[in-house]
This record gives sequence, C-alpha cells and structure tokens, in this order.
Amino acid sequence: MKILVCISNVPDTTTKITFTADNTQFNTAGVQYIVNPYDEIALSRAIELCEGGKGTVTVVNVGESSTEPTIRKALAIGADDAVRINAAPRDAYFVAKQIAEYAKSNEFDMILCGRESIDYNGSQVAAMIGEFLDIPSVSIIKKLDYDGSTATIEREIEGGKEVLSVNGKFVASCAEGTAEAKIPNMRGIMSARTKPLQTIEAVNVPEMSKISKFETPAPRGSVKLIPAESAEELIGLLHTEAKVI
Amino acid sequence: MSVLVYVEQVEGKFKKSVFEAVSYAKALADQQGTSLSAISIGNVADSELNELGKYGASKVLKVEADQLKNFVNQAYASVIAEAAKKENANIVVLSNSFSGKGLAPRVAVKLEAGLIDGAVELPSSDFSVKKTAFSGKAFAITTLTSANKVIALNPNAFGVKENPTNIAIEAFSPEVKSSDLAAMVKEIVRATNKVSLPDAEIVVSGGRGLKGPENWGMVEELADLLGAATACSKPVSDADWRPHSEHVGQTGIAISPNLYIAIGISGAIQHLAGVSSSKVIVVINKDPEAPFFKVADYGIVGDAFEVVPKIIAALKAHKG
Ligand SMILES: Cc1cc2nc3c(=O)[nH]c(=O)nc-3n(C[C@H](O)[C@H](O)[C@H](O)COP(=O)(O)OP(=O)(O)OC[C@H]3O[C@@H](n4cnc5c(N)ncnc54)[C@H](O)[C@@H]3O)c2cc1C
Ligand SMILES: Nc1ncnc2c1ncn2[C@@H]1O[C@H](COP(=O)(O)O)[C@@H](O)[C@H]1O
Repeated sequence: MKILVCISNVPDTTTKITFTADNTQFNTAGVQYIVNPYDEIALSRAIELCEGGKGTVTVVNVGESSTEPTIRKALAIGADDAVRINAAPRDAYFVAKQIAEYAKSNEFDMILCGRESIDYNGSQVAAMIGEFLDIPSVSIIKKLDYDGSTATIEREIEGGKEVLSVNGKFVASCAEGTAEAKIPNMRGIMSARTKPLQTIEAVNVPEMSKISKFETPAPRGSVKLIPAESAEELIGLLHTEAKVI
Repeated sequence: MSVLVYVEQVEGKFKKSVFEAVSYAKALADQQGTSLSAISIGNVADSELNELGKYGASKVLKVEADQLKNFVNQAYASVIAEAAKKENANIVVLSNSFSGKGLAPRVAVKLEAGLIDGAVELPSSDFSVKKTAFSGKAFAITTLTSANKVIALNPNAFGVKENPTNIAIEAFSPEVKSSDLAAMVKEIVRATNKVSLPDAEIVVSGGRGLKGPENWGMVEELADLLGAATACSKPVSDADWRPHSEHVGQTGIAISPNLYIAIGISGAIQHLAGVSSSKVIVVINKDPEAPFFKVADYGIVGDAFEVVPKIIAALKAHKG
C-alpha cells in the first residue's frame, strides 16, 4: 500500500498575527513554522496503517526551499520519503493542482490531508485534489480504517457523524480523532536527515484568486464586570443591553 | 449571468443557515443586477421548497433521484455544476457547513472557478470578499479573478433577510455517472435533540476549571434554557470529559455565535482563535487575571460552581 500525505508549513499556533506593507503581507518576522497540526494527525494515521511493513508513506509539500525543515520534521515523525513541489503556494486551487499532477504519475492508494491549514483555513485542498483526479474525497473525517481495498470512514456532520465506505482510490481530510499525533523520537530525528527528499518543478496553473489585503478584528470595548454576588444581573444585561437573549 | 445557491437539506428540511445563504445570494444577485435560482438535491416537499421564495429565490431546481438521497459530494458537485451551466450562473453560493466544505472545492474545480471559503461579507465592486483567516485571528480580503466564482458563506455572518419573491419549482434530472457514486453512505447518526455547534446562535462552553465531566450538568442545563449548543476547550476533550466534536479553537471548530459563554476557560491564544469572532462574549472565571477577560464583553470573577447556578435561577425567572 502507498499513502501520500499532504503537509503544509504554517505559523506556530502561538504566533501573534501581524501584517506589513500596508496590511498586504503577513509579517513573517520571528515566526516559527510547524507542520500543520491536522497534517500531523493525517501523517500519524498513515504511519499506523503502514506499520509492520504493510506499506510506505510519502509526504508532499508545495513550497519554497524554506519549508524543508518542516518536511524533515514529517520524515522524523515517520514518513518514508518526501517530495517538495518547488513553488510558493498561491492558493488552494494551485496547491491541489500541483499535488494532483504529481499523484497522476505515481500510484497511491490514498491521499490524506489535514482538515484545514491553520493559516488560511480553506478546507479546500483535499476535495480539489479529489476533483482533479476524479476520485472520491471525504472531508473532515474522524476515523479511517482500510482493509487493502475498501476504506471505512467516519466523517463529522452537524450534530452527529456519517459512516461511509469507499472502494478504490480516494482523498480524505483528517480531523481530530483520526489518530493521536505522533511525536518524533531520537531515532526518527537522526534518520530523517538521510531519508530521500526529492524536489520537482511546479506546473502552470491559471490564477483564480489573490489576497489583496488583511484586516485584524476590531478590538473589543473593555469588559463590563459584574460582581459574583449579583451574577443574576447578567441575564438582564444580555436581554436589554446586548440583546442576544 | 445569474447566481445559483445550493440549498442543503437535512432529512427533507432546510436549516437557518440555508435561509441565510439564500438571503446572501439574493443580495449578491441584486448587487450584480441579475436573478437568483436555487438547487435542491434529495427529497424535499414542495411546501418546504416554497419557503426559499421568502428569502428571494425566484426559481428552484429540484433533483430527486433515488441514488442522490444521501449526500455524496462527488455526485452532488456534478449536479450543482450542471445546474450552474443550465442556469448560466457564473456565481455559486453555498453554506460553509461540514458538507459544504467537501462540496464547494469540487464545484469550483468543475467550473474552473475561484473559491472563497468562510466568506463573512458581500463582495466589493472588484469582487473582493472578506473571509476569516488564521483561525479567526485575522481576515483576508480575497479577490476572485476568475470568470466563474464560488462562495461558501460562514454561518451567522450575514443573517437571514426576508425578501418575498414568487418562486417556481422546476424538476431537474441531470445524468449521474456511476463513478460519482463510488463513496457510499452506510450510516448516519444524528443527535436530533441537540443544537449543532457550528450554526448555533448561542454557545455555552466549559474548560478545565469545571474539574471533571460530572460537573457538566449545569453547563447543559444553562445551554438547554438558552437553546444553546455546548462546547469545550481542548484539554477537556483530550481528557475525554466531552466528545471531540465539541472542541472549539484553533485546532477544533471555529464558531461565531451571537453569544459565547465561557466557563472556567483561561482564554489561551489557541482557544480564542476559534471563538473571538463571537458577537458577545461572557467569561466566568475565578482568576481576575485570566486572559479571556481581555476579549470579553461581560465578565464575572468568581467560582463557577456558585455563579452558574445563580445565572440559571435568574434565567428561569426571566423566562417566567
Ligand atoms: C498546537 C496547539 C493547539 C491548541 N489548540 C487548542 C484549541 O483549538 N482549543 C483550545 O481550547 N485549546 C487549544 N490548545 C490548548 C491551549 O493552549 C490551552 O492549554 C487550553 O485552551 C486551556 O484550556 P482551559 O482554559 O480549559 O484550561 P486551563 O488553562 O487549565 O484553564 C482553566 C481556567 O479555569 C479557571 N478556573 C478554575 N477553577 C475555577 C472555578 N471553580 N470557577 C471558575 N473558573 C475556574 C482557572 O482560573 C483557569 O483560568 C492548543 C494548544 C496547542 C499547543
Ligand atoms: N502548500 C501545501 N503543500 C502541501 N499540502 C498542502 C498545502 N497547503 C495545504 N495542504 C494540504 O491541504 C490541507 C487543507 O489545506 P487548506 O485547504 O489550505 O485549508 C492541509 O491540511 C494540507 O494537508
């Protein structure tokens, strides 16, 4: 079995988000980059499915050479090899097209993504890859079992869950529950340095969208404190002042 | 040129988020000087389809094929793309729901369209749309430069707006390829008595300050009285006090209800990321230095086990 896991390189979750150049650029100064947390979940499940010599896990990233430490981290967690498609990830359409083109010339039984990247929160790439390859895609899954030809997948729906069965190749985007994120051990970190990391060139993709500006949420007014002894006053305030109940 | 809105049904009914998507699509059609059609897939009674007229849809295509009874994104995307071609629609609007997230990207690829996910406003004149980014820590104004466009609207971002229009119901039966049905739905489990978190207008949320799962009774009681959904912080779901589906924040669900009540949650940056776009935030925490108070509208510094019962009693009195 061969599994492809798509990993994106995102700012650490504690990053204070600021912008430069008149709010048109994300300010990368001092920002630490990590493997997108959901992609770690996808990767961990892929490694579990391949345990005991049942298969191999390849990670792919669309990014410039600056993402290589993140790719090495994925190798340290336990991927067998890696591919970097050399281009700045313009938007989800661009990224998905690159990955789909790569997957067309390489046989994978399944392609796993994270549910969303925590920077631009598109939740787009997985389903777009599915469409480019004309294979099923299941978004926001929380459980994945595979018997070698059929996958049984649980996905989240409003107020519940849905169980699907998929035959043949597919793409899925993984959320919490799919696996516990694995932490690299010393042996993993050592071996990651010598695992194969191949760089390939990007294909041309027409522009679909561009980010023209960023905004930060308007600051809230200061908090109105209600003494604990008169906590019941909250209800009146929510009714008459905030008008939300 | 026209606007097409996909109206997601759940067991034959439309939820508020659907009427919101129709309201948004109608405002968008007016802005573009064109008409609005809807596409419904699955079995929905005509009386329910007629409801869409209230919010401005002048036509609804209904697709009732048996093999499309359950949501399969691949097949649904094909149907929506066919409907867009039939209606000569250059803009498709959907809700950014769980199903919408699996559907919109496929529709966008089929139509070679740019996609805005998580839109929170109508487009400006150059088709720039404000959307959430960095897990709610910022907004990205994204310009769609493609000829065809797909927009997935965030719940509670636009509101439901009535705009009564005469609506025509038209049966539509595009061909469905069998390869589009390769994923098969085996089972659907839905807790019908609970308000679902992503589209809840009010959310009551608990953190590690509540000490253990046995103390969630008051959270649920408060939520029930408010018609609210319940949520929790990450350590709470990690410890299995509550299900993962309730976990909000940067690595959980991002929500934007009208009212978010946080009980015994410190307000770590990763938690705030997913909830800070809530319209009104109430924080109950015994530590006056808890970071959550910095982003709260109303705060009570006190022990949740004393404060929450008082609020519940006041709410019961308020409701009479
Ligand atoms: C990569 C990453 C991703 C993360 N993603 C998320 C995420 O998506 N969502 C999330 O929530 N967290 C996330 N976290 C975790 C986050 O950093 C915090 O650890 C977490 O939010 C803290 O949860 P808490 O506020 O419930 O617990 P604590 O931080 O332990 O806070 C408990 C609070 O309860 C108060 N308290 C205690 N007793 C009482 C009482 N009797 N009455 C009233 N108040 C009381 C305390 O004063 C304290 O402020 C993430 C962390 C990392 C590293
Ligand atoms: N630049 C990228 N390279 C590889 N995979 C990516 C990239 N961006 C996003 N992905 C994958 O797509 C998922 C969803 O991302 P998004 O659609 O951007 O929210 C991520 O969790 C990754 O698995």
